[in-house]
Amino acid sequence: MSEQWSDYVPRLEELARRLGLDWSPVIFEAVPDSFMTEIAVYGLPVRMPHWSFGARYIYQLVQRHMGYSRLFEVVFPGNPGHAYVAESNALADNILVTAHVLGHADFSRNNMLFRRCQEQVSEHIVEHAASHAHQIERHIEAYGPEAVEQVLDAALSLEQYIDVDQPLRRERYPEYQSEPVPAVDDAFRTRYIALDASAESVWSPRKQRAPVPPHPERDLLWFIATYAPEMESWERDIFLAVREESFYFFPVYATQVMNEGWASYWHARLLREADFVPQAAYVDAIKCHSDVVRPIAAGEQIALSVNPYHLGFTLWEQIVKEAGLEAARGIMRQDDDFSFIRNYLTRELAARMGLFQYRKQDNGQVKVLEEDIDALRESLLLEKYNFGAPRVAVSELKNDGTLVLQHHSRIDGRGLDVERSRRVLDYVQRVWRRPVQLLTVDAASQDLQLTAGSA
Amino acid sequence: MSTEENSGVPAISGWYELFSRGSRDWLRHGEKVREAVREHLPQIVAGADIINHGAHTVRVPVRMLEHYRFRLRGAGQGTGVGQGDAKPGDVLGQPRNEGTPGQKGAGGTDRGGIELMLEFKVDDIIDWLWEELRLPNLQPRSGATEESEWRREGWDRRGARSRLDRRRSMREAAKRRAFNTEAPALIDEDLRYRQLTRRRQPATRAAVFFLLDVSGSMTDRDRHLAKTFFFWVAAGLRREYRSLDIVFVAHTTEAWEFNEAEFFNVVGAGGTVASTGLAKVHGILDERFSQANCNCYLFYASDGDNAVDDRAAAQRELAATLERMRYAGYVEIAPTNMRSVRTETMRLFDEAADAAAIGRFCISGPDDIGAAIRHFLTQEAADSEAAGSAA
Repeated sequence: MSEQWSDYVPRLEELARRLGLDWSPVIFEAVPDSFMTEIAVYGLPVRMPHWSFGARYIYQLVQRHMGYSRLFEVVFPGNPGHAYVAESNALADNILVTAHVLGHADFSRNNMLFRRCQEQVSEHIVEHAASHAHQIERHIEAYGPEAVEQVLDAALSLEQYIDVDQPLRRERYPEYQSEPVPAVDDAFRTRYIALDASAESVWSPRKQRAPVPPHPERDLLWFIATYAPEMESWERDIFLAVREESFYFFPVYATQVMNEGWASYWHARLLREADFVPQAAYVDAIKCHSDVVRPIAAGEQIALSVNPYHLGFTLWEQIVKEAGLEAARGIMRQDDDFSFIRNYLTRELAARMGLFQYRKQDNGQVKVLEEDIDALRESLLLEKYNFGAPRVAVSELKNDGTLVLQHHSRIDGRGLDVERSRRVLDYVQRVWRRPVQLLTVDAASQDLQLTAGSA
Repeated sequence: MSTEENSGVPAISGWYELFSRGSRDWLRHGEKVREAVREHLPQIVAGADIINHGAHTVRVPVRMLEHYRFRLRGAGQGTGVGQGDAKPGDVLGQPRNEGTPGQKGAGGTDRGGIELMLEFKVDDIIDWLWEELRLPNLQPRSGATEESEWRREGWDRRGARSRLDRRRSMREAAKRRAFNTEAPALIDEDLRYRQLTRRRQPATRAAVFFLLDVSGSMTDRDRHLAKTFFFWVAAGLRREYRSLDIVFVAHTTEAWEFNEAEFFNVVGAGGTVASTGLAKVHGILDERFSQANCNCYLFYASDGDNAVDDRAAAQRELAATLERMRYAGYVEIAPTNMRSVRTETMRLFDEAADAAAIGRFCISGPDDIGAAIRHFLTQEAADSEAAGSAA
């Protein structure tokens, strides 16, 4: 075959443009499989060192080795975007991957959640992460690997605790409570306001110091970096670096089904309409496509998880069929996975896909539940709330510097795993350097208080 | 799937081939595992599968370390969504839990249960143990107990041809010719032979007797505890002595000497008569370790259930054996709740303790082994120091 991948890229791009895709330029790079695995494990091509990545890396290598899954590409949104493709991909794979990447690039440029987060972290997250990694290498030289690792243990274990509704560069809380502004809505108050202000007042409001935090604070990384009583500035920098990367990961996580579905829809459609792709390559590529969007592993009758590629792809096909491409683009711009699944996963579609809800029983068996589309949707979304982490917020900073974390067990439905929580508190306490408390509930829903580092 | 079609792919910059972040962080993970293992040394001391002669390593199963995060209680329970041919009310077995193909993600701490086998050098563990338990180094007994050894020392003009030092001889020839350049190249007077002399060396030989009660009342668990304990005692003594002879003696109402492999598999039945075991040790002492320069140790493990009518014989044999022992240790293996009554064997050793260096310790579970080793070896060191200053 004399045809090369690079011959197809401009033709695919030309076709995509004609079909209305709108993306920032993407730089393609072919890398060895081991590096693909690293990208998948670290989430970014160059990222800070931490032993937990090493453990996941080996686990992934083993999985790959056993043939459980294979990575074709990883895309990073940005301007320009970066797409890493596996060297071992065949030509047909790469044609498919190129089309897939164009779908992702279109999505990340137009989806509002992506855009909002990219406005915060800039369109150069790949470069930023590399510079964080570089900075941390310098910290390791200056302060030693153990000291840096201790900070990363804490920061990465709180990786999911950010607040994307607040800006990335966030100011400290106002130091004083704002004075209540008197409402001027009746005649008396109007006359009262008009009184001579210089006259001695019987009651003069004094400035009140605002409590810290003024409200339960979800952004643990920011709070610790900002209010820790005895943290070194380089340690705060590490917390903020982890936080910035989490800001980048958030939309990737919160739109996974939509995003993968959109890219799969587009690789299928571009391939269908690309009359310049030779027959043999087309067949190979379509085979590869059906592997990717396959709902159930080969040789199995049933899967206990849902392949997001399959779910998203099926939903987008249905939407385009029913409402047309323009309406689909509108949805792509505005939704995230929550609204996407709630609005467009209908009972008929779920039945056609064979989705079912189940409950795990104590004996390790799994019981299929009665059909209930609302419960099924919520069950699909359950793991996506709050970046997939239990809801823990800072509720109080005591005078002696004790950090009080409150777990909102009422919303989560149950308490935290005590042993793991203790370990996390230990991580945090080592950088907070004052006692750290966590309030949650035990198995019997009774209040439970865990403390690390109390005197 | 071939890769030849990739020639059109943009050139790669190449550093990926040279440096792997994943491997680097994996190495760090490995270091942390080793540190964690070190912290749990007593459990390893107790649980490791122990090999004595030949192998110098122990294999320890470890799990991958978890980087902890907040997680809800009972994460494995609850509801989920699946796909496939299933009707409401169906109960499924436990299908293989498979990851989503091609999924990328930033999270996911669930790594299932990969178990690794780590190999540790016994010497390393011993070093750690010594550091950990702050054990003193044993002082080999010196003074009269010396052994001699031939060492090479100096030269002579006469000697066996095999000891001829050619280099030295040529040097002598060169010196001689420095005065007279006409002289012959080499004469008999130039030849130098290496000499041997007898040198006295402090004794570094030791023998340790492991005496094990294998009567019916000793369970498999008890025996495993004893075996583990013996292993680490032997390892500890090996640190100090260049050559260590280990003698294994098991007894019920009779006593036998075993080789190591058999020793730990001996299953006995019947009652316990400690005097037979002690008499056997005594006999082996006379037969093989009669020289005065040997440091002998005795460690006896039993559940303490000695026959009452054996008391007088056991006292006699113990006293006779202890005269030759540098130190003796009695380790009693019994569940904690049995501790209230002093056992027959414990009484025996308690009574002998006034006249000789004897340590006694009770082990009720694997966690006690570290403490037992520490107890015996610190006491032994203290005793030998006291003995040294008295002499």
